[in-house]
Amino acid sequence: MVRSPFAALVRRDTRLALRLGGGGAVGIAFFVLAVVLIPLGVGRETATLARIAGGVLWVAALLAALLSLDRLFQADYEDGSLDQLMLAPMPLEQVVLAKTIAHWLTTGLPMTLIAPVLGAMLQLPDTALPALVLAMAAGTPALSFIGAIGAAITVGVRRGGLLLSILVLPLYIPTLVFGARVVEHALLGLSTAGVMGLLGGLTLFAAALSPFASALALRINAR
Amino acid sequence: MSIWRYANPAEFMRITDPLVAPLWGAAAVLLAVGLWWSVALTPDDYQQGSTVKILFIHVPAAMLAINTYAVMAVASGVGLIRRHHVSFLVAKAAAPVGAAFTAIALITGAVWGQPMWGTWWVWDARLTAVLIMFFFYLGYMALWAAVEEPEKAADLSAVLCLVGVVFAFLSRYAVNFWATLHQGASLSVAEGQRVDDAFRTPLYLMIVAFYLFFVAILLVRARTEIRARRARSLRLQEARA
Amino acid sequence: MELVLENLACRRAGRIVFRGLDFRLAAGEAASLRGPNGVGKSTLLRVLAGLIPAAEGDARLGGISLARSRGAFQERVAYAGHLDAVKPALGVAENLAIWAGLHAADPSRVGAALERFGIAHIAGHPAAQCSAGQKRRLGLARLMVMDRPLWLLDEPTVSLDAAASALVAELVREHCAGGGMALIATHIDLGLGGGPVLGMAPFAEAAETGGADPFLEGAW
Repeated sequence: MVRSPFAALVRRDTRLALRLGGGGAVGIAFFVLAVVLIPLGVGRETATLARIAGGVLWVAALLAALLSLDRLFQADYEDGSLDQLMLAPMPLEQVVLAKTIAHWLTTGLPMTLIAPVLGAMLQLPDTALPALVLAMAAGTPALSFIGAIGAAITVGVRRGGLLLSILVLPLYIPTLVFGARVVEHALLGLSTAGVMGLLGGLTLFAAALSPFASALALRINAR
Repeated sequence: MSIWRYANPAEFMRITDPLVAPLWGAAAVLLAVGLWWSVALTPDDYQQGSTVKILFIHVPAAMLAINTYAVMAVASGVGLIRRHHVSFLVAKAAAPVGAAFTAIALITGAVWGQPMWGTWWVWDARLTAVLIMFFFYLGYMALWAAVEEPEKAADLSAVLCLVGVVFAFLSRYAVNFWATLHQGASLSVAEGQRVDDAFRTPLYLMIVAFYLFFVAILLVRARTEIRARRARSLRLQEARA
Repeated sequence: MELVLENLACRRAGRIVFRGLDFRLAAGEAASLRGPNGVGKSTLLRVLAGLIPAAEGDARLGGISLARSRGAFQERVAYAGHLDAVKPALGVAENLAIWAGLHAADPSRVGAALERFGIAHIAGHPAAQCSAGQKRRLGLARLMVMDRPLWLLDEPTVSLDAAASALVAELVREHCAGGGMALIATHIDLGLGGGPVLGMAPFAEAAETGGADPFLEGAW
């Protein structure tokens, strides 16, 4: 086990999310439930479901990621842990990065792992499933990184969950477009490499921007 | 004497005071002339009939829908870097104006598109991008409204605005990309590249008029925001005394 | 090492909380921070913890400037505020072990700290079951797993009984004996005896609002 402050913080947040009331499991349950509702709403024709599967999975993933975001910093802000984290022997940007990674480990990663099952239920052909998993793996970190910015901005707003969704959902649009497009390309038998590159690039960009923007917002909120 | 002294609230109020009336006047005159010219003096389009005249409103509104956000981003950046309070308030004052222009662009787009496409809404890349823009304005305004303390609200919404401007560009690119697969009707006629000479002058006139109107209303709104802040500060001072 | 406050000022929500604060704290000293409610004691401690930016002036800790290198300054400071930063979902020992891990402290110090604060017997219990006093003690135990020369304590004895308060005083004395420093906002006498006192008086704002709120400047 790595014994660095950074790893300790990732472990702490992962553990907190997995504990009862941490919200990690609830987010995944929401993801599954949202996807299961779709065939009940739009009907069970194989062609229709396969056609919309990529978009449905991505929209559900956005909403599920959003659900757990409002606790990302707010719980620590409310009980004083954030003050202590600001004094930890690492820059606040690293604190944000560690917490965001923990968020992804407890939302994006399990969603990625369960996505092929849900994809198959939505009648995606087996040939499209690897692309779906790859797209989720490459794209869901962007959801955590972008979401962290919104969570940091709204950390001081009481019942900021609704505000958070208004701020963050528009920022999720590029991720949604590229993510769903990978699945669509796979479904149509087109090459996915180009779109996958765009999606990965977007994630890297979000990863580079988010720690600085989020730390700035957290510092403003701590005053 | 640096230009930053204009960012002092009292100084800003003093200097902008004589500008308000002339700006309103110029905007009103140009808007009146532009409207009359574009409605009464231009011919009907041989395909679109008189519907084409909506574009005299739609095009300048769509331009301002995008550019207002740029104004907000610049003001937010200046505010964050130079710590000038007026700058934040200019950004705050611009947001509802930008949202209104975005709404006008969307509505006029729908009204123009209905007879063209037989439907009120098409998922065209440009229309969709403008719709997304509307949500960026909405989020920015919601944040200002939700944070109690104005100094915090100013800093936080500036951060949001700057992050937003990056993602607005990304969204625009993503939406263009998205539209290449789901080919819808194209609005390419709408944005003035293929505008006939007879339409060009009144269109330019309308664009200038809209920009003047924007500056005038932005100034008035910024002055109102500054007054509101002063009123709040005075009340707080009174409560402490 | 020495803590020096020079002409320190803090502005919050458009008003000056304090201004022109000068103070000096030598290694091995524990100072009490005194003043009526609302005078800005908590704000000063948060400024010194680097959580709120100072409007003017500077604080230096062993030559490190808060204004110029906040990160390095913060790494020499431990702060215990009104909130205990205790996670109810985690166990008592687990709570402290996390902070020990974050500060790369030897895990064995967790048990020692719990022992010292008299909460070792509930080490395995969820922190949700702790009383207010136990939570406070768990929060203060964090000081023992962080090696920080300057302790900033904001009313550390709130919800503590006499015995636990005496324990806090004892810990502060030990910390100072080892060359540490402490600045403690408290309304009771901790019995530290003879340390310097930083007294804060209400700021005469009516006379001096200059620079506090740009929206009050000038006449219009």
